[in-house]
Amino acid sequence: MAKFFAVTIIVIAIASAIPILRHTWPEPPDISVHGHLIDEQMSETMAEAGISFLAAQFILAIFIWKFSNRPKDAKISKFPGGARGLVIAAFLLVGTEVLALGIFGTRAWASVYFTPPSADAMPVQVQAGQFAFYFRYPGPDGKFGPLHASLINESNANFFGLDQTNDQDSKDDIVTAEMAIPVNREIHLLMHAKDVGHSFYVPELRVQQDFVPGLDLSIHFTATKIGRYEIVCTQLCGLGHYNMKAYLSVLSQVDFDDWLKKQAALQ
Amino acid sequence: MHDVSAHAAQHHTPPQGFIRKHVFSLDHKVIGKQYYALALVAVFVGMVLSWIMRLHLGWTNLAIPGLHLLSKTGAPGDLMTPEYYLQLMTMHGTIMVFFVLTTAPFAAFGNFFLPIQVGAEDMPFPRFNMMSFWVTFVAFLVLISSFFVGDGPTLGGWTQYAPLNAVGAVGGPGEGLGVVLWAASIAIFCVGQLLGSLNFITTTLDLRVKGMSLMRLPLTAWAWFITSCMGLTAFAVLMPACILVILDHVAGTSFFVPSNLVINDQLQPHSGGSTLLWQHLFWFFGHPEVYIAIVPGMGIVSHVLITNMRRPLLSHRVMIGCMAAIAILSYMVYGHHMFVSGMNPFSSLAFSFPTLIITIPATIIVLLWIGSLYGSRLRINTASLFALGFISMFVAGGVSGFFLAQPSIDIMLHATYFVVGHFHMVMAVAAIFGIFAATYFWFPKMTGRMMNETLGKVHFWLSFVGTYCIFMPFHYLGIAANVRRYQAFVDEYLQPLIPVHRFITVAAIVTGVAQFIFLYNLIHSRFWGKPAPDNPWEATSLEWSTPTPPPFDNFGGKQPVVYHDPYQYGVQSSTGDYVMQASPEQVATEHEEK
Amino acid sequence: MATTVHEPPKIEPRRQPDNGNGGWRNLAPADGDGRVVQDYSPPPASTGIWVVVYAITMTFAALTSALIVRKGSSLDWQSFTLPSILYLNTALIVCSSVTLEIARRRVATLMGGVAIPGESPARWLYITLVFGLLFVTGQYVAWTRLRAEGLYLATNPSSSFFYLLTAAHVLHVLGGLIGLLYVIGKLRKSQLRRSTLDAASRYWHFVDILWVYLLLLLWMKL
Repeated sequence: MAKFFAVTIIVIAIASAIPILRHTWPEPPDISVHGHLIDEQMSETMAEAGISFLAAQFILAIFIWKFSNRPKDAKISKFPGGARGLVIAAFLLVGTEVLALGIFGTRAWASVYFTPPSADAMPVQVQAGQFAFYFRYPGPDGKFGPLHASLINESNANFFGLDQTNDQDSKDDIVTAEMAIPVNREIHLLMHAKDVGHSFYVPELRVQQDFVPGLDLSIHFTATKIGRYEIVCTQLCGLGHYNMKAYLSVLSQVDFDDWLKKQAALQ
Repeated sequence: MHDVSAHAAQHHTPPQGFIRKHVFSLDHKVIGKQYYALALVAVFVGMVLSWIMRLHLGWTNLAIPGLHLLSKTGAPGDLMTPEYYLQLMTMHGTIMVFFVLTTAPFAAFGNFFLPIQVGAEDMPFPRFNMMSFWVTFVAFLVLISSFFVGDGPTLGGWTQYAPLNAVGAVGGPGEGLGVVLWAASIAIFCVGQLLGSLNFITTTLDLRVKGMSLMRLPLTAWAWFITSCMGLTAFAVLMPACILVILDHVAGTSFFVPSNLVINDQLQPHSGGSTLLWQHLFWFFGHPEVYIAIVPGMGIVSHVLITNMRRPLLSHRVMIGCMAAIAILSYMVYGHHMFVSGMNPFSSLAFSFPTLIITIPATIIVLLWIGSLYGSRLRINTASLFALGFISMFVAGGVSGFFLAQPSIDIMLHATYFVVGHFHMVMAVAAIFGIFAATYFWFPKMTGRMMNETLGKVHFWLSFVGTYCIFMPFHYLGIAANVRRYQAFVDEYLQPLIPVHRFITVAAIVTGVAQFIFLYNLIHSRFWGKPAPDNPWEATSLEWSTPTPPPFDNFGGKQPVVYHDPYQYGVQSSTGDYVMQASPEQVATEHEEK
Repeated sequence: MATTVHEPPKIEPRRQPDNGNGGWRNLAPADGDGRVVQDYSPPPASTGIWVVVYAITMTFAALTSALIVRKGSSLDWQSFTLPSILYLNTALIVCSSVTLEIARRRVATLMGGVAIPGESPARWLYITLVFGLLFVTGQYVAWTRLRAEGLYLATNPSSSFFYLLTAAHVLHVLGGLIGLLYVIGKLRKSQLRRSTLDAASRYWHFVDILWVYLLLLLWMKL
């Protein structure tokens, strides 16, 4: 029984590692400028976590194999080094390991959050509401008009609550249900929640940020590969949460300008 | 009857009559069993909910026969609606976290064994103890009642994020009355656990018998003591938070609902509330809560393993110190649940480092267990198999914490199945393995009968392999960016992952069915099991010095005297290779901690 | 209501070393080699009351942080002047602490076997009780004053927090009053334990200090 148990632990440990090593279900390909930092951090952590996992399971299994069901008079011996050795080992190995992870991980985090968007970053506003995203481009004047929550009316397609008759800045604002951005241009995404908490997650962009009702946040990123990606909501927002999504098209600058013109015409 | 401030110096008189004996009992042993029964009911309810959810995730358009009986509106024609999935998910999480993982390892076994292990006749405040159980029971009824009133239970998840939890019925099905019942249930539950913690702490500090110094307490007693200190802090914060939610609902205040929210084109009549305030209050409770679930498991695993290894841990003190360190650190790390929730990015780093540091005491604990296995005389029985299984699970779930402790990686993994896999393994399943180990180990003492070992081992094998089959793939799904809390996977990039979900569903059902073996074993052994001797495992702590099952006052009118450290195994004495704590026999030992 | 207690209340026996207990002062355990150093452990009521105080402190700390966050994050906070009766209430509850301390010392003297002729040990407890009831009434008057000004629970976050904190505190005061009644009842039956008396008075002093803290908080933040 004990030997069988030990073998089972080893088989499970190896079987658990195989899909990771073979990349059976890979993470979505990275299309962002900062994403490689996160990916590198992820692989380093995976290596350290994987080694810790396999080592602990193997040693557990070996000790179960060796020391179970021994005769009654078998001598009980102490692990070399004893508790003191283990504590020192834990501090030295795991302590330095996790501290190193933490310190190096700061780099990736800082690249996302501690650097302000560059001055020529393109502003786009995204509004999350049950259960759709809407996007707003400032139009030729480069300015977003103010939002009036009381004017929000889905049937009029006034998703943001714009007052385009009175607010000068709102007149040329372009509201879309799909997000398009030019490739290799930094985007400054202004996030606004209409009702409850939502989140903006594009796995390929290595971007995830919650919408906080009552608190407008912003993030910035640069996409490097042309393509069509999915934006999904990751903060439970109600019954339609699973279906709350929008598309992100990363276009060449020329295509993007065309797209924006078409959208402006539709307003 | 004794008064509320009675303590060990007073002698009990056994109660007469069925109600006083079995229902409104003041006896900590009966209360412990009541908690166990409540947890047992709750865990099967929670498990059936998870089956329904898993079936729906694997085959979204599958009609689940009989589901309409649970809710006509939630499952018309046995087909689950999106909101009903979320409602069941919320109830699964709430029932499991509060009414299983908190009650079983802490309140159930702690109530039964803490007073016996310190040598007391009962807890110092038996009336509060009785109230603690019945208040918890009422909390459970209030929570379950939300299935049957209004438009069902809340759909906001067990974390109940603001402002969805506070905007009222306009937020979606169950967001009106459902949330109020949820918050009321949890607030009541907090009262019950505060009363329990009061008893646990005073029992440990004040009611120890002669010779039972703090360092001579078994590791289970230490674990329960540390857990009750954590619970005292955590539940005292969650309770007011729940009351604020209720006020936002019924009194029209705006603690958590900010201005200018528009739902269904209607401007909400709230202003200025803070949504992050809820997250801070909730996670200040929520993170320690996962340690409240797991620390008693650590104590139980140590206790069971030591008895079956026939040797003490490499260091008793280091083990206690690590559990205490985890308890203290648990209050400094809660922000790691909020890395991408709009908190100041500098605070994310501030919360990240303590989170990474908490791996150090956790690693030491695992190393102490594994290092103590070396050179031991390990006995394999169902209890020790579950204890060893706990270690394997705890390691498997623990290493994924390396990822989630780092804010940069959390950008990718937050709110994915990676998180679901992580907390199910490290907190839920590991804690449940702890409960199983405790059940197989202490059942003889609690009922006077042995459990069936063969059935127990079948139960173990199916649970151990099944659990890995369920929860390991969750991590792969998370790495592939599979978002959690979706009732169906409509996104294109998630389509290739659906076969994995189907595999998990099958594994979950098989593993779940295996739990009925345990239920059968439990009930059958309770009535027809082999009669248990006083000390079937040749163990040393005080609960094994008393008759099986223990008499009303635990030690039959005597007060035991403690002469030894809790785990004197691997020695040569007149009884064999162990000396009981209450035995005056002096033996040569290399292990005694001074 | 005056009562005469003819026999002194029962003195709680100090537990003797032979009765054995490993309470927290029992630092050197009996290990058979004669190093038996025993002290009595504190009765659970004394430890328990600190546990209770800690839990209540955590609850009010949570509410305090909620107040600070809520005020800091919003533009809709409207300050108002606290009803002046609160200052009178503060004086009442501070007086009640003083009278309770007098009562506690007298009863303790009595328990030590020294009877004070012509003196009901419960008298000062009753006075404390009256002060406590006056405090609760005073808080109620404060609420009616606010209502008269049109400030209800949901009017503004500042009034929400005012009602919430004062009501939560009054609930704890009511708990203390029940404790006092319990002490008086036990005293009259000559069954009072010293630990019960001490625990009840510590709790009462705690809700007193808690109120002074809350008043300062409300005064500074509202």
